[in-house]
Amino acid sequence: MKHVKSITVENLTKIFGNFTAVDNISFDVEQGEIFGFLGANGAGKTTAMKMLCGLLMPTSGTARIAGFDIYKESEKIKRNIGYMSQRFSLYEDLSIIENIDFYAGIYGLEKKEIRNRTNEMLEKLNMKSIKNEMLSSLPLGWKQKLAFSTAIIHKPEIVFLDEPTGGVDPITRRGFWELIYEYAYSGMTIFVTTHYMDEAEYCNRISMMTEGRIAALGTPAKLKSDYNAIDMNEVFIKIAEVKRK
Amino acid sequence: MNTVVEVENITKTYNTTCAVDNINLSVIKGEIFGLVGPDGSGKTTLIRMIASLIKQNSGKIKVLGFDNVKDYKSIRKVIGYMPGKFSLYQDLTVEENLTLFATIYDSDIRTNYHLIEDIYSHLEPFKDRQAGKLSGGMKQKLALSCSLIHKPELLLLDEPTTGVDPVSRRDLWKMLKKLINFGITTIVSTPYMDEAALCDRIALFQNGRILESNSPNEIIGKYENLLYKVKSYNNYLTLQALRRFSNDSLVYPFGESLHLVLEKNDSGIDLIQEYIKKQNIGLVSFELIQPTIEDAFILLMQTKNSEIL
Amino acid sequence: MKKFRVFVWKEFIHIWRDKRTLTILLSMPAILIILFGFAITNEINDAPIGIYDKSKDELTSKITSNIINSGYFKLEEIIKSDDEIIDVFKKGRIKMIIIYESDFESNLTKFNTANIQIISDATDPNVANTLVNYAKSLVNNFIMIEYNISPNFKIDVKMRYNTEMKGSFLFVPGLITILMMLIGAMMTALSLTREHEFGSMEYLLTSPLNSYMIIFAKLIPYLLIALFDIIVILILGTVVFGVIIQGSLLLLMFECLLFIIMSLSLGLLISTVSKSQQVALMISLMGLMLPTILLSDFIFPVSNMPQWLQFITNFIPARWFNTIIKSVMLKGAGIGNIINETLYICGFIVLFLGLSIFNFKERLD
Repeated sequence: MKHVKSITVENLTKIFGNFTAVDNISFDVEQGEIFGFLGANGAGKTTAMKMLCGLLMPTSGTARIAGFDIYKESEKIKRNIGYMSQRFSLYEDLSIIENIDFYAGIYGLEKKEIRNRTNEMLEKLNMKSIKNEMLSSLPLGWKQKLAFSTAIIHKPEIVFLDEPTGGVDPITRRGFWELIYEYAYSGMTIFVTTHYMDEAEYCNRISMMTEGRIAALGTPAKLKSDYNAIDMNEVFIKIAEVKRK
Repeated sequence: MNTVVEVENITKTYNTTCAVDNINLSVIKGEIFGLVGPDGSGKTTLIRMIASLIKQNSGKIKVLGFDNVKDYKSIRKVIGYMPGKFSLYQDLTVEENLTLFATIYDSDIRTNYHLIEDIYSHLEPFKDRQAGKLSGGMKQKLALSCSLIHKPELLLLDEPTTGVDPVSRRDLWKMLKKLINFGITTIVSTPYMDEAALCDRIALFQNGRILESNSPNEIIGKYENLLYKVKSYNNYLTLQALRRFSNDSLVYPFGESLHLVLEKNDSGIDLIQEYIKKQNIGLVSFELIQPTIEDAFILLMQTKNSEIL
Repeated sequence: MKKFRVFVWKEFIHIWRDKRTLTILLSMPAILIILFGFAITNEINDAPIGIYDKSKDELTSKITSNIINSGYFKLEEIIKSDDEIIDVFKKGRIKMIIIYESDFESNLTKFNTANIQIISDATDPNVANTLVNYAKSLVNNFIMIEYNISPNFKIDVKMRYNTEMKGSFLFVPGLITILMMLIGAMMTALSLTREHEFGSMEYLLTSPLNSYMIIFAKLIPYLLIALFDIIVILILGTVVFGVIIQGSLLLLMFECLLFIIMSLSLGLLISTVSKSQQVALMISLMGLMLPTILLSDFIFPVSNMPQWLQFITNFIPARWFNTIIKSVMLKGAGIGNIINETLYICGFIVLFLGLSIFNFKERLD
């Protein structure tokens, strides 16, 4: 292994005008870890994630993503991360194979390489026989798996998932998490941002953001016992109540 | 018993897709009835039909005795409806929105203030702020206030808690519980399984059909299978091992652990434990637990799916 | 009634808080009228020309100074040889060159005839034509007066209604037409589809509100803005550009009001058939603005169009309104002269309102 830590963040801060969106946050994510990045809308999650993906310059602090510096090496970072959002980035009016080819093309893979990886992926997803179907005709769970697979077609070290399973049925959701487990086991680092508290329970470790700061950090079990809560929902409520006082 | 909504053999198709497929249910006065299911399972379509916003292809809906197609004008006088996406006027302030919606029903903010007092008191400090500048939770509280301000007999809420933080979610549910005291009946749709337990009765939706409709306790009570919570150091390896043991056993991730479902008279848990021990994946513990609504949903879906196959 | 008042109030707030759009709506008449009035004009003023005087006698210099002093032309270039002519045109500044043959004055006195050649840049044929005509008549007039030659015939041309051939007489009515379409039809359509797009229509539909109330409340603010804009155009037109309103002001305002109501109904109709603001915008721009500008007799005369296109213009409300407003403003026509056109507009109102009501849905599907 090149480095054990996939993400190291130290004192990262982002200020817009007189509003501090991200306030001096620090954390590490191990390679192969599923890391949950939680918080209500507007807590600073999105801003923090944009900085980690190299899309936004921090005001101060340092961070290394996959070993690269977020100030100087944002191009290298982009080549080593994948991104998938709940609002899929796939095109509904393209077929499965066209969608895969398109994303493989974006990452500048060679023709032969594209063909290999596409076949590999279709095999894995069991979609070989339906590869010419339009995306719009697929069930939600399949789309979700396909979206994830295209997000990692360039075999990135880290993949960022933005609310990956909101609003899907319980079985589809679990199918998706099994896929995530599999990739994490193979060494891919998974960074999940979400405001669904129950989604967080599937992560190895969680950071809870409120008002730009990390209010709590640890395994779901540890947070639940720290706050004497039955689930992450209650953890969140208790953290918010402490804040209010 | 006093039936507020009666849904009979309702079917609704859009082009070729069937959004709601022959649904039956009835809602009783004063209860909170939950439509629980994933996106696209037909919850929103059903709520809109009850609200007289769209017409069904076949079947009958009666709301407080009024037909949703013929007497839609009478229905619109007695319901309060809150659409899924936030749809108040973003450029109007909190108070202006509330005044507008009160006036539509020939009412004013004061008359029914007691209904919304609990949640509106959170909003009052921001009453001169434009609705578009509120946080997600605040917006939902305002939207709920606006659909309650005329004291409807039936409140229809389409995913009121989606995208809302846990604290606001708790506040909203507290408020809904209180409405029972005023005799208001509520139909609420939600994709969150944990909210199902807060309803008096629920209908579990999947692909336009109702898998099961009952009170949450009854649904859990009907769960006859044995459910084990499986804790381990590595869920992925344990999951693989359990699947290796038996190809058709139902096992799935559930938060930090795994859930393993066995037939009610299956005594094979000892064999499984023994097998897992030999797999060299560290300590794995098995614990027989009570199912949640989500476990019930999964089992119902699984049975339905195997019926189709 | 109280409900209606509340809705009108709400619409005013929407408009008032959207400062950018409001500014555009209120300042548009002034900006457009200034653009059309000063920048975009067909009138000839200080057109740059060149003079190639091979004769250089007293007469040619008199003619030249007469041309330059007319104010229509500006001497930009003195040309000294044949070779220069092409170069001067290629540089693109010069619109026209006047060439006197050598011994111009002596030829005229000896043989009673002399030649002037006018070469003009006809990339813009209309401008070239006008320039040549102006120059010809200037030279002819001058020779006539100087040598007291009376021609065998005389053409007496009278430009009625717009004696000075001022462009403002044309574009002031044209602008009113376009602005009314823009504010009436487009803004109303956008504002109604916005309610659908944001889902607020769902709220309103499930309430006991009469849907017509929602709609008519929406029309009132735009009606007022449109009226305001008309008044601005009329004031600027008369004060700055000297357009004189020949007919009755009351009649003019009445006809404008009718046309506004027509555009509001059209906007309503557009909103009932478009699912999103984007669609509404496309329909308004492509389906309304372009035909209004191109086929309403505003820029291109309908009488010059092929028969089939002339037939199509019958279905463009702006075409009828253009006739009405020109007749009332410039010719002083009374209601009797424009009764046909007025009836057409009324017909459009009935048609569009009827279709909108027919199309309006009390439900989502």
